[in-house]
This record gives sequence, C-alpha cells and structure tokens, in this order.
Amino acid sequence: MIPSAVLGKLTLSAIPYHNPIIMGAVGTASLLGLLVMVWVTWMGRWGYLWREWLTSVDHKRIGVMYVILAVIMMLRGFADAIMMRTHQALAEGLSQGYLPPDHYNQVFSAHGTIMIIFVAMPFFIGLMNFVVPLQIGARDVAYPFVNSVSFWMTVASALLLMVSLAVGDFSQAGWSGYPPLSETQFSPGPGVDYWIWGLQLGGVGTLLTGINFFVTILRLRAPGMSLMKMPVFTWTILVTTVLIMLSFPVLTATLALLTLDRYLGMHFFTNDLGGNQMMFTNLFWVWGHPEVYIVILPAFGIFSEVVSTFSRKRLFGYVSMVYATVAIAVLSFGVWLHHFFTMGAGANVNAFFGIATMVIAVPTGVKVFNWLFTMYRGRIEFTTPMLWSLGFIVTFTIGGMTGVLLSVPGADFVLHNSEFLVAHFHNMLIPGALFGYFAGYTFWFPKMFGFRLDEKWGRRAFWSWLAGFYLAFMPLYALGFMGMPRRLVHYDNPIWQPYLLVALLGTFLVAYGIFCQVVQLMVSIRHRDALRDTTGDVWNSHSLEWSTTSPPPFYNFARLPRVEALDAFAHMKEQGLPHRAQAPFAPIHMPRNTGVGVAMGAITFVFGFAMVWHIWWMASASLAAMLAVVVMLANDEDVDYMVSAEEVARLEKGSAPAMAFASAAATPSDLKTQG
Amino acid sequence: MTATAHAHEHEHDATENAVFGFWLYLMTDCILFASLFATFAVLHHNTADGPTGKELFDLRYVLVETMFLLLSSFSNGLAMLSLHRQARRATVQWLLLTALLGLGFVVMEVNEFSRLVMEGNGPDRSGFLSAFFGLVGTHGAHVSIGLIWMTVMMGQLMFKGITPAVTSRLLRLSLFWHFLDVIWIGVFTVVYLMEVL
Amino acid sequence: MKNFWIKLLPLLWFAQTSWACVGDCGNSHWAILDPRGPIAAAEKHLILTAFALMLIVVIPVIVMTFAFAWRYRASNTAANYAPKWDNSHGVEAVVWLVPAVIVLILSTLVWRSTHDLTPEKPLVSAVKPLTVEVVALDWKWLFIYPEQGVATVNQLVIPVGTPVRFHITSDSVMNSFFIPRLGGQIYAMAGMQTELNLQADSAGTYRGLDTQFSGAGFSGMHFEARATPPEEFQRWVAETRNSRLALDETRLKQLEVPSEDVTPTYFSRVSPQLFESILQKYAPDAGAKIKG
Repeated sequence: MIPSAVLGKLTLSAIPYHNPIIMGAVGTASLLGLLVMVWVTWMGRWGYLWREWLTSVDHKRIGVMYVILAVIMMLRGFADAIMMRTHQALAEGLSQGYLPPDHYNQVFSAHGTIMIIFVAMPFFIGLMNFVVPLQIGARDVAYPFVNSVSFWMTVASALLLMVSLAVGDFSQAGWSGYPPLSETQFSPGPGVDYWIWGLQLGGVGTLLTGINFFVTILRLRAPGMSLMKMPVFTWTILVTTVLIMLSFPVLTATLALLTLDRYLGMHFFTNDLGGNQMMFTNLFWVWGHPEVYIVILPAFGIFSEVVSTFSRKRLFGYVSMVYATVAIAVLSFGVWLHHFFTMGAGANVNAFFGIATMVIAVPTGVKVFNWLFTMYRGRIEFTTPMLWSLGFIVTFTIGGMTGVLLSVPGADFVLHNSEFLVAHFHNMLIPGALFGYFAGYTFWFPKMFGFRLDEKWGRRAFWSWLAGFYLAFMPLYALGFMGMPRRLVHYDNPIWQPYLLVALLGTFLVAYGIFCQVVQLMVSIRHRDALRDTTGDVWNSHSLEWSTTSPPPFYNFARLPRVEALDAFAHMKEQGLPHRAQAPFAPIHMPRNTGVGVAMGAITFVFGFAMVWHIWWMASASLAAMLAVVVMLANDEDVDYMVSAEEVARLEKGSAPAMAFASAAATPSDLKTQG
Repeated sequence: MTATAHAHEHEHDATENAVFGFWLYLMTDCILFASLFATFAVLHHNTADGPTGKELFDLRYVLVETMFLLLSSFSNGLAMLSLHRQARRATVQWLLLTALLGLGFVVMEVNEFSRLVMEGNGPDRSGFLSAFFGLVGTHGAHVSIGLIWMTVMMGQLMFKGITPAVTSRLLRLSLFWHFLDVIWIGVFTVVYLMEVL
Repeated sequence: MKNFWIKLLPLLWFAQTSWACVGDCGNSHWAILDPRGPIAAAEKHLILTAFALMLIVVIPVIVMTFAFAWRYRASNTAANYAPKWDNSHGVEAVVWLVPAVIVLILSTLVWRSTHDLTPEKPLVSAVKPLTVEVVALDWKWLFIYPEQGVATVNQLVIPVGTPVRFHITSDSVMNSFFIPRLGGQIYAMAGMQTELNLQADSAGTYRGLDTQFSGAGFSGMHFEARATPPEEFQRWVAETRNSRLALDETRLKQLEVPSEDVTPTYFSRVSPQLFESILQKYAPDAGAKIKG
C-alpha cells in the first residue's frame, strides 16, 4: 500500500469494524465518555471544569486529575487482564479460546504498558503532586505551569493508546517491545508505533515531573525543614525523582533509536547490516529496572506514613529508612542484567548481577523490619489504609523471596520467561505499588475533599483484592514449576487448566474488589456530611499536610509553617503551638491558571497520531504549532498574581480558624498514657 | 515586608529555581547523550562490509566545524559579559555572531550528512552509520533548537530590553550552548578522532 | 478481630499448595521439580536450597506481622505502648546484619552455582559429547547433527547418558531454547551463537519449547526431546539417513516460511556449513559473534 500524502498510511480499513470484541470495547469506552460529557453539559459545569480544573496549575488539582487518569486507565488495564485470564483458562487442547493470536498478543502488550506507564506512574505522581508541597509546607511546586504540561502530555499519550483500540491496532511485541520482533520486518503495522509514541511522549512528561519535584523538594521546603526533618514520603519521592532523571533519558534514547530503525530504515537493533538487538535489551532494562523502584519507592513512603499514623507511634528507624531508600536507588542501577541472564553473558557477569540483585534485598528487608518495629509497642488501628499496609508486608515478603530466587542465575535458567516470573512481578507490583497507592488514596482522600471514605466498603475492597491476588497468582507460581511459559495464546496440557481456572477465579474476586472501590466512592459521596472532616487532621497524624484545612485553601498555608522537628505537625500539637496562621496576614504570590497546558497536550496528541500513521504534514504542522506556543509563552510575562492580605484574611476566616487547636484536643485519651 | 519587595524576592528565587531546573535538564540530556555514545561504542565496528569511519571522515573539515562551534561559545560568553554590563546593543551583536557561527556549524554538518547520503553511505547503510548519524544528528538537532532559541532571545532583547525574565532565559541559553560545546568535544574525540587515528 | 483470621486463609491456601507440590512432585507435571538430567537436577537443588535459606527471614517476618498486629491492636490496652520509641541500635543491628549475612551466604552460593551451571560449560563425562546445532525459525526448531549429517525439525533425539553440546542461533527474532526437564535455557539470536550443555539421564520424551515471545505463532513453537538408549540413537540416525528429504538452501527457504505446530520432519544429506551460513547471513563482516 502506498501511503497517501494526505492521510499517510491511514485508511478506513484501519478501523477493525469486523471485530465484535474490539468494537464492543470501543463502543463501551466511547459510551462512557459520552455519558460523562452529557452529564457535565446537563449540570452546566463545562465552564467550571475548564476554569477550575483543566486549566489549573494548582498542584492539588493536578494531583487529583492524575489519580483520576490512573483509575480510568486501571479499568482499561484490568479489562485486559480479565480477557487474558479468561482466554487462557479456555484455550487448552481443541479449544482455541476466544481471542485470535493477533488480538491476544495486543491485549497482553497493552496490559503491561498501561499498568506500568498509565496506571502506576500517574497514580503515584498524582499522590505526590497532591501531598509533597503540603508536606514540605510549600505553596505549590517549583514550576506549576510545567506541572500542567506534564499532566496533559501524559493524558495525550494515554489517549493515543486508547485510540489504538479503534484506529489500527496496538503492539503485538510485548510491553518491553524487544527487537527484532518490534522492527518493521516482523511488525510492519502501526501497533509498535503506537507503543513507541505512547511511551515516548508520556516519558517526556514524566521526566519534566521528575525535575519539577526534585527542585520543589530541594528548594521550597518550609523554613527549618532540613533534609533529615523531611517526612519519609517526601524522602522517597526525592529519591524517586532522582531515579526518574537518571533513567528516563535512557528510555527516550532507546525508543528514539527504535523509531529511527522503523521510520528511516536504520540498523540499531535489526538482525542484519550490523544491528545489535542485545543493545536494546540492555538499554531498555537500564531504564526498566529503576522504573520498578520508581513505582515502588513512593508506595514505601506511603506505607511509612500510614503504619506510623495508625500504630499511633513515631516511625521506627527514620534514619535507617532514609539510608535504605537511597541504597535501593543506587543499587537499582546495577542490576538490569538480571532480566536476561539467559542471553549468555557468561558466568562472571551473571554472578555479579545476581549478587547485586540480592544485595537490594538487604535495604528492602530493613524497611520491612522497620515497619514491623513501628507497629511494635503501638496501638494499632485497623483502618483501611493500615489493612492495605499489612496485606502489603506479608504479600510483598513472599514476592521478595521469589525475587531473590529469580536472582540466582542457575534458578533463573529454568524459571525465566515462565508463569513463575509473571507471578513474581505481579507479587511485587500489586502489593508493593498498587496496595500502597490504595492506602495513600484512602489516607489522603479526606485531605483532598474534606470527607473520609467509607470504611466498610473499603475493608470489603481490601479483602477481595487480597484474596483475589492470592488466588490469581499463587497458581501461576505452580505453573512456572510445571514449565509453562508466559504469553501463551494456546496450550496442549490439560494439567495446567485447573490452575488457570483458579487464577481466573482470583481475577473475578479482584474485579469484585474494584467494584467495592467504586461503590465505596459513591457511598462516601452520598454520606459526605456524616464523613466530613472539620479538623483538617482526621487521622491525628504527624506531618504538615494535616496542619491545614481539608481541603486546603488554594495557597495551602496562609503563612508558611516553621519546622522545628521531624514530624513537624506532631511537634506543634505536642507543644500546643498554633499551627494555623493568625492575623495579620501577608499577601500571597500565586501562579495564574492557563489553558496552554491543555493546548500542548492536544498538540502532543496530534503529533503522536500523525507520526503513528506517517502523516508528515500533520506531524510538521503540530511541531510548528508547538514551537509557536513555546515562543508565545516566552513572551507572556503575566503568569502570576498577588492574593491580597485582606483576601487571605477573608478566606481564612471562612475556613474555621477555631479549629486551630482542635486536633490536639481531639487526641484520644488512651494515646496520652505511656506504656 | 512590602508587596513589591516580596515580589522582587520571589523573582530572584524564581530565576534561581529556573536555572537550577534547567541545569538538571541538562544533566538528563547528558544521560541521553551517554546512551547514544554507548550505542556508538557498541556499533562502531558493525560496518556490514561498508565503509569505516577512517574511509569516510575528513578530519580537517570536522576541525573547521569544531572551530565554528568553539568560537560561537566564546562569543556567547562575550554576549553574557555585555548582558551583565546591561549593554543591550552589544549583547544582541555578540548573540548575532554566536548564532551565525552556530549556523555555520549546522550548515557544515548538513553538508557532510548530505554528502554521505549522496555517496550511498546514509544512516541505513550499516549499524555503524546508524550510530554515527544518530549521535551526531542528535547533537546537530540540539544546536538547531539553540539557534531558534537564540533568535527569539535577540527579538526579546530588542523589544523588551534586559528584563529579569530575559536575563534568566539568556542565562539558561548560555548554559545550553556551553553544554552542547562540551558534548561536541566528546563527539569530536570519540566519533572522529578515535575512528580516524 | 474476625478479619484477622480471614486474613490467614489465603496463607493457608498457599501453604496447602506448596505442600501439594512436595507430595506431588514425583509426578512429571512438575517439570522443573522433576529433573531428568544432571543440569536440571542441580538447578532444582539450587532452587530448594535458596528457598530454604530465605525462609530464615521470610517466616519470622510473616509471623511477626501477625503477632505484632494482634498483640498491639488498639483494643488491647494491656500491651505496652511506647509512642516515642523510634530507635534501637540493637534492633537496627539485627535487621541490617541478619539479611546481610543471609545474602552473603546466598552470594557464595550464587557465585559457585553460576560458574558450575553456566550454559557454555562442557559437562564432565567419559562419554564423547554429541554436538547439535539448533536454529530457531518462525515458529519451529531446526536441529542439525553435523557429525551424523542428518537434521530434524521439531524433534530432538539424543542418546541417554551422553553430554550434548548445543550451538544455538536464530534465523528470525529472539527466541529462547528450553527443555524444562533437562535444564536451563538460553536465547537464540540471529547472527550470534549461544551454547548450552545438557544431558539426559533417563530415556523418555520431554517437552521442549521457546519461552521468549516471538510473534503470532509463539504458542505453536514447541518440540519433543526424545532421549533414547545409545543403540537406539544409532539406529535412528541410520534410519534418518535414508530419508529422501535433503536439507539445502532451497529447503531452508521453505522452512523459513512462518508456520506453527509443525509435525516432526527428518532430513538426510544436510548441506555442509549450513549453520555457519545462517550465522553469516546476519553478521557478514565480523564473522559469527560467538556468545556464550
């Protein structure tokens, strides 16, 4: 087919209208989108949505929008999971299941890409957006506008991925897209290009976020907050941003080289003419392994906050925690080869990387023990965030064990690429990342919206997720020992089938867990008055985000707090210090909302789409538009404004300053008795 | 503290933050280039029976190219000195010279590239040439973006004068430009010198 | 505290499945845990040793989680409560040192086992090794017996008790060559040669497969590895030499056409240097880059 000048490789046949499953998915997604739009129109809230949310540069609003994006993408990624599990449970012997290989292969490629890049990443980025500036006592991030651009670039790339459902297809080369399979010779369609541009454009957004938060944490901390007085969550985010800055450029470069191979016929990773496929594998995992810690470390930070808060105790071994976090980050760059011991690098190299991998177990183990000793001699309240944390500790320990097993090259030789591996990394990422995000979501929800989430439905969600997880993944460990490789679209082994059926059952249980979370949200909104938090410190916690109102005013703090100790807010409460600013107030300098972030996201999307379909004029036009926007920005000096002292005073009066001392008084009486 | 003093302090902070953030961006760019250098190191023997660097590169030509870039960095330094003296005209003039020298560099590079492609030694010829075009081309693309940026800055200097925002941007541009110089020294050494000698 | 006990259920289930494995492992379904060769046996032993060592940390962690959660629940006002207790050098020393010591022990285990089990290491044996050249195609496996002058597709026949040296490459994308019950896998990559040394200790037919996802026909890329007594192997070679199919460049072209679930085919008269020519196809200048 000769590409046309107007539409590139895009023709009407790119729409898979003959495939009822895909069309059903497209229909459902569009219908849901349409319903939301109709609802917003019905409520007459477009103006509000645009002014207060879409164009917002407020880190709290952007944080919430990131979380919403993550949740939407999680539903998509989870739909993929159910499809895969159902298919594998069926496709034994004479039955071919219900998905042809070309569709099944897209489903698992999309599942991996979505869950890592568009669920895990935006979820923790959303939480850190909301929490970090509050936790360090700042008004916003260092570059509020860049924050908005990062978000909308992430949205654009997620949208690109969703569009691949309806127009063309997605990659069939796995989420890691190893060449030569992902080269034009073996994957000529637009699928791999969707994968490339989805990752690439989203990756740029993430890199900007990394820089943004690194500067924010280093330069905008409240007076008195030295590095070793920073809350542990902020510490983990600081380390995470360093990992992002060090690893994402490698992903950018790697994807760019694959792009050059595919678009300009170069030979970086091809089989022939001097390409080297092993280089891709190395480069990909030089990014990919730190990426695992990028999504897990923030969850570690959340667990630290949650366990300490609900054990009603200070975090055990703060200094140890910080050093362990830094150690994990440093080591995470020295272990990438353990993803391919079976490439034949030789005994010395394999042994080195195997041992380096195991060494990571030491600081990780220290963290687990420190959480346990935080609980020790505490007064543990089994709230939902605490349940997620406990579920995490037990489950993650099992995952850690299978991880160390895989880090032994001799063991990896028989377990590599098997269902055992699939079970292992889900066993790390579901408790290690997702449970953490859920804990954080429940923990900080009252801070975001001013009311708590319903506990009953939260507990139901937790138990369903936990039981569902074990049911879904323990059988996969067993299947690994039975020699079942990952990514099979069909198999001839009746012995495997019962295990896959149990796994499917587990997936359904997880689906029920997700259902409970949806219900939890709806029930909580309905009962918001009963669940209302008027204190701002609903959990009686220790860090600065709890010292302001829930939800916080757009400027976060009328006067920036002064930090005297680790657990700054707990210290203020103990000393009976006023932690809400009193009159007289000073004017506050704030960034102005702008629609440019949305515009840049839109341009990014058009650019990505044009590149996927080789529509060169559209790609050039969008690049030119992007340049024009940047130049225009450089000439716009009106990016911020002053909130006058009177206005601050008025707003502070409205947000119940009488509560300033309330949370100290609300401390449960048993907490005051020692031992 | 009055509102204006407050705003002034904020502006000062903002400039420092912007420079710090930009410096971090440069470090990430450095890692991007490191990946490309590593790629070149892996692929530079993979000529697929095609020409080697020794057969293709003309060191004298590249030396002239290098001089263009180095001199542009020097004149950029002079532009920054004029900026500190608040001498707007001089700043614009030095920037203009910088841009012209940079343009000379880009033109020479494009010329070298087109010569190679015409001779059938384009980036699709071999892994080695892919790595060469990938690394040198990425640097060239950076320089070109720098040129656009410089053009915009000359415009801003002429129409807005030396405002804090303009100064802040010029500071970052100058960082960028020197950074590209340093990268080029690496490219010159690893790609050209080590291939030819 | 009903929830606490509910929480135990999945754990019990896990314990039960692990136990079932131990009781059931004589069954051949547990490919990895039912080795039929020295390498696979060593790899199984390694897994179990590492597993046991790790339990030294894992069991206390899990027990402590439950014990602490129960003991220090908010409703138990009889338990000690020390809200300011946030540091203890003794505890710190233990939590850093115990995992470190275990990792140290595991590291020596890793160092030795990795050198013992590294795929390119020839097996020590009095028996002369058999060489088999393996080519991954879309989506089938080609086995060339250079010394015997025969070749097969999707069936590997080897004599029991004889070390087998595999030279492995790919004529397509990256694949991974794996016979679970005989031992560890290694990638097959175009223009490169990897090596694997295995041996079967008892006769039988074992499943062999590609584990590295290779495209649409990936699931249909498996073969049978038949280990036979040496006499039978000789008989098989003699029979295969009578096959009317020859393996030359033309035949190779036909084999390169993607297909899956291919039934075993046998070839006599294999073009000499066929394996080298497949390697050279992708690495014309540097010669075959030997990996391994």
